Amino acid sequence: MSRRQIKIPLLFLTPALLLLTIFVLFPVVNTIYISLLNQEGEFVGLDNYAEVFGRKEFWNPQNLIEGKPPPYGALIHNGIWILVHLPLSVFFGLLLAVLLRDVKGGAIIKSTVFLGVVIPMIVGGVLLRFIYEADAGIVNAFLRVVGLGHLARTWTAFPQTILLALILGSVWIWTGFSMIVYSAGLEGIPMELFEVAKIDGASRWRTFWRITVPMLRPATIVVVTMTLLWELKIFDIVWIIQRGGPGGASMVMAVMMYLRAFLYIPSNFGTASAIATLLTIMTFGFAAYLVNRMVKS
Amino acid sequence: MRRLDIVARLKKVKRFTILTHIIAWAVSLIWIIPFLGVVMASIRPLPEILNGWWNFEVFNPTLNGFSGAWNHRTAPLSRALLNSLIVTIPSTFMPILVAALGAYSFARFKFPTRDLLFLVIVLLQTIPQQMVIIPIFNIAISIGLWNNYLGLILVHTAFALPWQILFLRNFFSVLPVEVEEAAMIDGASYFKIFYKIVLPLTLPALASLTALQFVWVWNDFFFAAVLIGSPDLKLATQAIPAQMGRLDPNWTVTSAASIIVMIIPIAIYVALQRYYVRGIVAGAVKG
Repeated sequence: MSRRQIKIPLLFLTPALLLLTIFVLFPVVNTIYISLLNQEGEFVGLDNYAEVFGRKEFWNPQNLIEGKPPPYGALIHNGIWILVHLPLSVFFGLLLAVLLRDVKGGAIIKSTVFLGVVIPMIVGGVLLRFIYEADAGIVNAFLRVVGLGHLARTWTAFPQTILLALILGSVWIWTGFSMIVYSAGLEGIPMELFEVAKIDGASRWRTFWRITVPMLRPATIVVVTMTLLWELKIFDIVWIIQRGGPGGASMVMAVMMYLRAFLYIPSNFGTASAIATLLTIMTFGFAAYLVNRMVKS
Repeated sequence: MRRLDIVARLKKVKRFTILTHIIAWAVSLIWIIPFLGVVMASIRPLPEILNGWWNFEVFNPTLNGFSGAWNHRTAPLSRALLNSLIVTIPSTFMPILVAALGAYSFARFKFPTRDLLFLVIVLLQTIPQQMVIIPIFNIAISIGLWNNYLGLILVHTAFALPWQILFLRNFFSVLPVEVEEAAMIDGASYFKIFYKIVLPLTLPALASLTALQFVWVWNDFFFAAVLIGSPDLKLATQAIPAQMGRLDPNWTVTSAASIIVMIIPIAIYVALQRYYVRGIVAGAVKG
């Protein structure tokens, strides 16, 4: 029933197009425009981008090269977030999806793990801060039990530990997502494939790598894309715990943007817009690359 | 010989099963402990928490945390929760209605620039909140929508449209068109076909959208933090950092507040689990 006409479809689309134009499309273009202006509203080309990259808050590889603790700058912190969080949350999600299929009470465990994705990220931040507390935190209690009590501290209070503490905590928050997508992917694999493999005498390990993993490729692409975007945009948990501190050691792009636009006095919409634009370019880059791969395969 | 083989194999299978159970339950323990921690902390006085919520030599359960969070001096949840509901309910249903109309148009009509338009809308899905917030803030200030729920509701509505249109268009395009065609021959208007025939068939998809969008808006902190400023208008997610403070939080109160605020999305998830998960898996995830 493909009806060729203009009036009716346009009428149906008008509310959506109006809202999208005012609150998404125009703001995107406007943010790019603002990123090219200085505080006085004069056109300054890419000066704001140069300023952002010139700031240690954004780009500070020196500490990393010299092997010193953070801050390394927001861009590098987001990069580390991706490098650590992506493999861990994808791996744990896959592991749980595969294991919990055959475990008694698996559905309950799945729901529990998935709660991390359901609760507000602000509350996720509270939970993380609480487990990392010096005396009240369970992490230190665990360290004391296994004889590593000398390491005990408030993990989110020191530049040496906060970034990694938050990243590992965010694995706890996000693993439920990859687990759920992989679980759905597993249900889509025909049982006969596994039965044939069993009859052929293939080991569990071999079946996993030769059947399960390749058949889950579409799920993996979805998981990796969504997780990458999530890591690039990470905001709430960093904000509520230390606002990017101490000393910029947990600064990420979204927090830096928010600080410059809405907290610092005077606010600087130019550099904040430049950070937002950079963030969006990266988001689009990853999304386009992965969608392209998905289409090809 | 053959029998021994089978016995050995069974033994191996059994050992594997036991191993997977141990790993699975150990992992789930890691996932449950932080939740258990806030639940315990929310019903114990602060000194007992600082001594470790897992220690029970002294145990004086109290509801002071919950009353403290509910009647907090500067950011009471009694008001913040109501504020969140006032924002979340319209922000859940408005985009679904608007997206359904738009998606139907994409699924059932051919018109010039349709595919291009659809592609642009799909691409908008990946736009981060940070990319739109400064112009939205400026607009809101200039037309009096800053510190005004209407502004926040409109922003949430617009921001939800791309993934909801994609989700619903995919749903509509697999619905059989014969019924609609028959209705058209009988002289029903397009709008009547839409809400009398199409929408009822779409209920499962609408349940997914409702669950996901409600939780998304309820959980949002970023849009609210920029667009809502007055203490008495602040939403539930804004009340939590306000109650926690930056140094030495009162963990009894903060834990109670966390439980009150997260119980709502958890309840939605539990009630609509099937639809929620289906929505997530359909790729209808944004952020």
